[in-house]
Amino acid sequence: MLSILGYNAGPLLAQSILGLINGAFYALLSLGLAVIFGLLNIINFAHGALYMLGAVVSWVLLNHLGLGYWPSLLLAPLIVGAFGIVLERLFISKLYKLDHLYGLLLTFGIALIVEGLARNEFGSSGMSYAVPEALRGATRLGFMIMPTYRLWVVVASFVTCIATWFVLEKTSLGATLRAATENAALVQAFGVNVPRLITLTYGAGVALAALAGVMAAPVYSVNPGMGSNVIIVVFAVVVIGGMGSILGSILTGFGLGLIEGFTKFVYPQGSGVVVFVLMVIVLLLRPAGLFGKAA
Amino acid sequence: MMGFSRPQLVALAVMIAVIVAAPFAAYPVFLMKVMCFALFACAFNLLIGYVGLLSFGHAAYFGMGCYVSAYAAKSWGLSAELCVILGFATGAALGAVFGAIAIKRQGIYFSMITLALAQMVYFFATQAAFTGGEDGIQQVPRAPVLGFISMQNDLAIYALVAVVFLGGFLLIHRIIHSPFGQVLKAIRENEPRAISLGYRVNDYKLMAFVLSTGIAGAAGGLKSLVFGIATLTDVTWQASGEIVLTTLLGGLGTVFGPVIGAVIINTLEFYLAPFGSWVTVTQGVIFVACVMAFRRGVVGELGARIKVAL
Repeated sequence: MLSILGYNAGPLLAQSILGLINGAFYALLSLGLAVIFGLLNIINFAHGALYMLGAVVSWVLLNHLGLGYWPSLLLAPLIVGAFGIVLERLFISKLYKLDHLYGLLLTFGIALIVEGLARNEFGSSGMSYAVPEALRGATRLGFMIMPTYRLWVVVASFVTCIATWFVLEKTSLGATLRAATENAALVQAFGVNVPRLITLTYGAGVALAALAGVMAAPVYSVNPGMGSNVIIVVFAVVVIGGMGSILGSILTGFGLGLIEGFTKFVYPQGSGVVVFVLMVIVLLLRPAGLFGKAA
Repeated sequence: MMGFSRPQLVALAVMIAVIVAAPFAAYPVFLMKVMCFALFACAFNLLIGYVGLLSFGHAAYFGMGCYVSAYAAKSWGLSAELCVILGFATGAALGAVFGAIAIKRQGIYFSMITLALAQMVYFFATQAAFTGGEDGIQQVPRAPVLGFISMQNDLAIYALVAVVFLGGFLLIHRIIHSPFGQVLKAIRENEPRAISLGYRVNDYKLMAFVLSTGIAGAAGGLKSLVFGIATLTDVTWQASGEIVLTTLLGGLGTVFGPVIGAVIINTLEFYLAPFGSWVTVTQGVIFVACVMAFRRGVVGELGARIKVAL
């Protein structure tokens, strides 16, 4: 049997690939955070709760309306995205002139409301969500048996991330968006409706979180606490990557998932904290983050 | 006197009178809980209100103060005042390390880093042997003060809590009104200018951070003695969020705001406790209402109404 650094290669690779699945969710969520931060200049604390909402909506669609996984994959992000647009119009848009900290506090409050209501409605225990028919079964990879669904999660998340990157970096819409990030007043002077751009960006960022939620439902089961567990790790991911680049946040997300999986094999007790330890190291060596621009 | 204005002195006298009279009218254990959280909120306010630093992981220092002081009282049989001092030392030591890391970044990043570091403490608390994991440290004795003044009577320990609370409250007030405190406010108002005037801004920030986390740790130590228990609840990020809410509701940067905030939040929790997660929803609604409608908080609004800084 092949061995790496004295460890058995098979289980090591297997854990790393499982880590990659967590990484897929980190990447999607930190990407949404980065997009929102870029234009709105707020850290969306509600991101985790909206990710959870995506999973809950897909569960409700399945159990109350009989709509399965595939329609949910489109509908849940649309519904949650629309909810995000309402939030932005009603609350967040009123805070742009204030200190950024108020945006953080507001979205934290929204997260508490959404999570509390979900807990009231569905209880604290998880609700299972069946893997869709087409993605059942597993693929034999030689060193491990990979459930097809998990492979799908990694691929779908990667494709979504790359598509988002492409839209932001290679299209004229993306160029307008990036310009508005740099200097909103100037872009407005060119006749672009910047407030509407901001609203739609928030909706899109939130929809990305909801998409991650739908994809997570069959993996982790639907649970009102799922968002708050993941959001803090994603914050650490964002600090490590720095929010300067879209590609950076994608790479950091996948990379940290991989490292977490690796740690789970080498030193299981450490897997919960390894991301935070890495964050400390990065802050000491490169305070602006791996891909961030120095302030 | 001590930097208190005349209206503030009146408010202070009222507060002391209420503290003295309250245990004869209300349940002392509840009042002690309020004072522990009020001291915690005052410590938090020292950072957000006077340096402009939003720490989103203050529960880590409060919670670890709780654990260490509970452990000291139970396993080493230390007396009460030493437990509280140990709580302070724990919070300050942890704050020195975390603060040094967190102040490398500003604004929102600072908040995210403190949150992530606090989550590390939470994981540590679930794994470490001395914290008892999910069970926490239970049946902590109410250690006697100085080794011979018994704290078994609720009123006796009430007096201890009241003294520590008032001591901490006055200490924070003294810090804010010292030359050191003036520099902190200058940093809050205009950091680049403070730097250009020759102040080592990061040293000041770190010192304020350590003082704040130390007092938070002492408040945690006090709480473990009152309730005889130290659990994971006090190191969760929800607890960190709650202290932010307490201070925001009372009024950021006001002297009495955190105290009033602690009274309101703890009373709300007391009455809403039977309704489960409605507590969370209510807290969320208060958060949104505070940020949207009254950012000055209860005491701040009141002060603005009667044109007095409280």
